[in-house]
Amino acid sequence: MSFNTLKLLQKQKKNILETWMKNQLSDEGLREDLISNEDLRTQSEELISALVANLSGEDLADLEGDSWNPVIEILGGIAITRARQGFSPRETGRFVHTLKEALLEVLQHEVEDPKQLFEESLKINRVMDNLSIVTFETFIKGREEVILRQTDEIAEISTPVIRVWDGILALPIIGTLDSSRTQVVMENLLQEIVETGSSIAILDISGVPAVDSLVAQHLIKTVSATRLMGAECIISGIRPEIAQTVVHLGIDLSNIITKATLASALSYAFKVLRLEVRKSSSVQKSNSL
Amino acid sequence: MDKIPILRMGNFLLVTIQVDLYDRLALDLEADLVQMVNKTSSKGVLIDISAVSIVDSFMGRIIGNIASMSKILDAETVVVGMQPAVAITLIELGLPLKGVHTALDVERGMNLLKSMIGDDHGDEDETDDDDTFTE
Repeated sequence: MSFNTLKLLQKQKKNILETWMKNQLSDEGLREDLISNEDLRTQSEELISALVANLSGEDLADLEGDSWNPVIEILGGIAITRARQGFSPRETGRFVHTLKEALLEVLQHEVEDPKQLFEESLKINRVMDNLSIVTFETFIKGREEVILRQTDEIAEISTPVIRVWDGILALPIIGTLDSSRTQVVMENLLQEIVETGSSIAILDISGVPAVDSLVAQHLIKTVSATRLMGAECIISGIRPEIAQTVVHLGIDLSNIITKATLASALSYAFKVLRLEVRKSSSVQKSNSL
Repeated sequence: MDKIPILRMGNFLLVTIQVDLYDRLALDLEADLVQMVNKTSSKGVLIDISAVSIVDSFMGRIIGNIASMSKILDAETVVVGMQPAVAITLIELGLPLKGVHTALDVERGMNLLKSMIGDDHGDEDETDDDDTFTE
């Protein structure tokens, strides 16, 4: 019985592909902006060839068998590419489901006996359902990879060390401080201190949504490490709520220089470096105006 | 046997550690330095660790010890040129080296020592004279 199905599949490969392509192209959700029709056809043809070439009678029953590997590999490749290209789950799902429809459609034409048609349909159903599960597993894996990469990028981008003055570095922290981020922040800051020979670093935490004991501990660590390097570290941008939480939690920040705003931290830094900002007495017109 | 040279510069002692310290060497340094502070009645000790790339809890403690001992002998300790990785390691080990002054490089460390010693003895003309002679 399964022999028949397979033979049918092999014979009707061309037919199935055409029906499948027709189904896919007539689908409203077709994303011509993400994938060209030729590419779609190549992908589809590859999958069908793998499906037909690698299957023998027993495989239709045993869905975990080794002979499925090439098919799963190709399908996984397609799913991952789609995840990266930004296809929605629905669109990716349609890809496999339209194949199932095409198979059933061809089957309907070829098999006349209702009982046999039903049995073969069941088999096809089972196979295709398994394949759509595989598609989704890989699709989600692909998406997760994208998310992970973005998380890394955000961590990297969101900790810039700014040189605000000769000898003064500022480091605005935006977002929650966790251990891995503290590590990145600390390394960047210390490296920059060495490179620029700055003696004052301002850690601005106005962009940190909440400070708990762990975040405070990370801050203290960063300040201590900066001190060990021979530079002074000022924490600025402490909002009233954060001051409340810190005191309620019983965190001792008395050894750390804290300022309310970046501006006051900067003026403190100027004072330490014995710099002065003054309004010039005479208004000089610049040439560019 | 290796020995870390201790150089005298006027009122201060200068130690530059050019090799990675092992325990024995660190202990010897501690003993030598305290002896030297006593003998020369130095007012400041400057330790340059810019070439030290590996540090453990023992080393951290030795540096802290040297600072405390010098303090008792009325000398300030400044550690200069610590590498970022070393600083992070010490913090992770829970050794913030309280009581040790730090500076980015030898020049700044010297200035820091001078300003500290200068503050203490600013009124005495004698020390000021000593400074000018030695420079």
